[in-house]
Amino acid sequence: MELLSGGEMIARALEDEGVEYIFGYPGGAVLHIYDALFKDCKVPHILVRHEQAATHAADGYARATGKPGVVLVTSGPGATNAVTGIATAYMDSIPMVVISGQVQSHLIGEDAFQETDMVGISRPIVKHSFMVKRTEELPGTLKKAFHIAATGRPGPVVIDIPKDITRPDAKFEYSYPRQVKMRSYSPAQRGHTGQIKKAARLLLSAKRPVIYSGGGVVLGEGSEQLTRLARELNYPVTNTLMGLGGYPGTDRQFLGMLGMHGFYEANMAMHHADCILAIGARFDDRVTNTVEKFCPGAKIIHVDVDPASISKTVMADIPIVGPVDSVLNELLAQIAALREKDAALPDQDALGRWWEQIEQWRAAHGLLTGQRYAQSDLIMPQQVIQSLFRATGGDAYVTSDVGQHQMFAAQYYPFDKPRRWINSGGLGTMGFGLPAAMGVKLAFPDMEVACVTGEGSIQMNIQELSTCTQYNLPVKIINLRNNYLGMVKQWQDMQYEGRYAMSTYEDSLPDFCKLAEAYGHVGIEVHKLEDLDRVMDEVFAMKDKLVFLDVYVDPKEHVYPMHVAPNGAMKDMWLSRNERT
Amino acid sequence: MRRIISILLENEPGALSRVIGLFSQRGYNIETLNVAPTDDPTLSRLTLTTIGDDLRIEQITKQLNKLVDVVKLVDLTEGAHVERDMMLIKVRATGAARDEVKRTTDIFRGQIVDVGPNVYTIQLTGTSDKLDSFVAAMAEADILEVVRSGVAGISRGDKVLSL
Ligand SMILES: Cc1ncc(C[n+]2csc(CCOP(=O)(O)OP(=O)(O)O)c2C)c(N)n1
Repeated sequence: MELLSGGEMIARALEDEGVEYIFGYPGGAVLHIYDALFKDCKVPHILVRHEQAATHAADGYARATGKPGVVLVTSGPGATNAVTGIATAYMDSIPMVVISGQVQSHLIGEDAFQETDMVGISRPIVKHSFMVKRTEELPGTLKKAFHIAATGRPGPVVIDIPKDITRPDAKFEYSYPRQVKMRSYSPAQRGHTGQIKKAARLLLSAKRPVIYSGGGVVLGEGSEQLTRLARELNYPVTNTLMGLGGYPGTDRQFLGMLGMHGFYEANMAMHHADCILAIGARFDDRVTNTVEKFCPGAKIIHVDVDPASISKTVMADIPIVGPVDSVLNELLAQIAALREKDAALPDQDALGRWWEQIEQWRAAHGLLTGQRYAQSDLIMPQQVIQSLFRATGGDAYVTSDVGQHQMFAAQYYPFDKPRRWINSGGLGTMGFGLPAAMGVKLAFPDMEVACVTGEGSIQMNIQELSTCTQYNLPVKIINLRNNYLGMVKQWQDMQYEGRYAMSTYEDSLPDFCKLAEAYGHVGIEVHKLEDLDRVMDEVFAMKDKLVFLDVYVDPKEHVYPMHVAPNGAMKDMWLSRNERT
Repeated sequence: MRRIISILLENEPGALSRVIGLFSQRGYNIETLNVAPTDDPTLSRLTLTTIGDDLRIEQITKQLNKLVDVVKLVDLTEGAHVERDMMLIKVRATGAARDEVKRTTDIFRGQIVDVGPNVYTIQLTGTSDKLDSFVAAMAEADILEVVRSGVAGISRGDKVLSL
């Protein structure tokens, strides 16, 4: 067996694990590791400009590929800077392994220079964490970390490593374990057959069914099966913000996103359904509106790999714990068996009437069946997303930040494939979009990657323009420039009589085009609608350039529909400034 | 409803803080907590009591089970079980109170484990209710210090919580 130092073990283990990129930032506590990476490691390291961006870039990479993103940061401020990105990944169940340096073992607890209790700070926002006490433990711990991060309900895992554990002069035998066995960790492998049978029966007896699918279907690679199930039964499908792309967005059976800014037809169908198949979704408060009024007439089948997601906020009538792909496969088989016995299932007349009702809702207020936003002299933000969709053939990876622009993107860019829509849904982290786009672009250099953003969000990690220069990452930044923290302003309009407390930048915004140019990129401004499509095409014609497209949009526009709160049900929505259901 | 949840926990650094952290993070309350090593040096046994409706208890047990350090878990209150809480209580024992304290201790089958010219230290074992009653019965006496172990519990019969 080979003798390696702790630092060398980490470099080698990352190779052995098949890691494609390390996103990180050096500092005292990880210098042994960096030296080992420098001397001999095939895994390229991407130097970001802020550790938060390392976590978001690793996260974007993970969302696009399904493989764990890898982050390396130093102790103290390096570790704390990573916290927002770890929390972001945790809330959206994204597989990630974060290696943080720690002060030397003998200094721990003494308030040493750059000491912080990383295991403690990150405890509520990780799936698991390790503090490495002995160098010999490193290979096994790394293997466990990758295993835990990527299996079951995925999530971030932190490995905190004191500096002395990685010192170059202390060498130990290295072998990377092929498998992990942990007596206390065994995620569900398949659903309960009896429950799946019950679910099949309930689904087939439904008169007003809706399939409500979430990020779990994307993460669990269940899109294909979900699509087959929906098509076979001709049942309507709605996706959560995290689940977009889990079912083809341009398909007739797709009702659009549901929830706070969901489509009218999606929210109405949910409210009036008699049977809801919730799959890889978690009845988040941004979906349900007032829980007590949630879908009063519906029987609920809830499939999730995480038992704790089931009956957490809304009671499930038929809970099924298991990976979405295998449960869906079994559900498809059970349904086929039942229909073989009774070909009349499900009730086609009832289903026909249900679709008629849904089509009426869709025709009345659907976002994609008519022009639902008012025109003004200015470019409307929705038009920018539509132009982006057109220019990229609907086939780009779209990352987003958080705010109105995020909701417009989710509404107006229908995703036909999973893993194409990359946004911070659970934590709602402004500053996510650009670094996430870097991670996606590294994973898929030949694909178009667009980051839809706002002036507030982009400035939270704008320093990454420099990283994009260093590694030549020609992502396209589409800034919906409304000169406000738009989503904050919208709430202030609706709930605070238009008192814009701290939601304007006054005249302090930089010239983003010049800023982009200063980093060696291209910046373009658009002010007029008639120029929009042409410029958008120009942007995507510049294959090798990062382009910052600053589109001046109508600052007064709000995102609709919007759930009426507090005390509203799914069906209670504002449809425009002065129209509600 | 009051529940007694008993856990086999990996004897790893940070494991206990993950359990405790979960309760504060998710707004669950812990009434009592007892934790000690077992016959297997790699495992600790942790017993806690908490109060909540069925839905909340279901969430608590599911969330606990999700912790990687939790090897096994049982809600003892779901079946027949034995529960014990241990108390050491120091009371002033002078004058007439000295006999009175002794008498009450005997009634509760407690033991006086330390005697001083002015104080008795009493040891009492039983259910939490019994210990509460004893403290109430001592209302007249001058209680100087109370220390309790928190509930430890085990299922009755053949049922065991082990690997
Ligand atoms: C880090 C962080 N801080 C604060 C917020 C609260 N917040 C949500 S949306 C928003 C405004 C976003 O403004 P901008 O990025 O310009 O996007 P717009 O809404 O104008 O499209 C704010 C401040 C947040 N989500 N994340």
